[in-house]
Amino acid sequence: MSVLINETRMTVESRSINEGFSRVAVAAFAAQLDPTVEELSDIKTAVSEAVTNCIVHAYEKQVGKIYITVGIYENQTIRIKIRDRGCGIENVRQAREPLYTTKGGERSGLGFAVMESFMDKVTIRSNVGKGTTVTLTKQICGRCKND
Amino acid sequence: MPVSIRNSQDEVTAIIEGEIDHHTATEIRKCIDESVERIRPKLLKIDFSQVSFMDSSGIGLIMGRYNTMKIIGGKVEVQNPTPAIEKILKISGIQKLAKITKTQEVSK
Repeated sequence: MSVLINETRMTVESRSINEGFSRVAVAAFAAQLDPTVEELSDIKTAVSEAVTNCIVHAYEKQVGKIYITVGIYENQTIRIKIRDRGCGIENVRQAREPLYTTKGGERSGLGFAVMESFMDKVTIRSNVGKGTTVTLTKQICGRCKND
Repeated sequence: MPVSIRNSQDEVTAIIEGEIDHHTATEIRKCIDESVERIRPKLLKIDFSQVSFMDSSGIGLIMGRYNTMKIIGGKVEVQNPTPAIEKILKISGIQKLAKITKTQEVSK
């Protein structure tokens, strides 16, 4: 990763009302890269998926803290780290599989698939009983190059 | 109300407004299911033209309604998705379960 230009950190509680707040806050910080409407929408969607995972899975039966770090790097790249101290993922490979869900019914099992297709890179580090860190990376081409 | 419902004899059209995520989906689901249970339509049209944001919870919402409609012998149609929503619909492969139609030009 190249040189860090700017960074922000925030902590939110794992309440579903914070899904909207988190994605909008990250998008507001990402705005300094002058992203296109589509790029901004991609970032918001990926963040929404990751934060929802913390609420629905990591802290399923409790309220815990979600730590979000957003970094802007020299080569027009944004890196968003979303960390929880929840239950952890036993089988990360399985969790990444499209349509795999432990919840059924109203959950589509597409969270990680969406993150992967909307961002350039998605890494997951997880320890059972300790928590999970999802890192989302995307290079922003921005409006200037598209015009 | 995040959903306005229009119904004719065998059809229910649910027009969703605002954002669809895990937080808002519960309320939206309740609104739609209430009408579906009361009217028991042959076709449930869900209109996305007024939706400003949707993550995979929206796909879960469509899948859930598909299952409900299947039980009562009906179908689901997805109407007027915006380009951002189309992108996520594509990943999900939901078009195998629900027809995607456009009745109007949707901006952005």
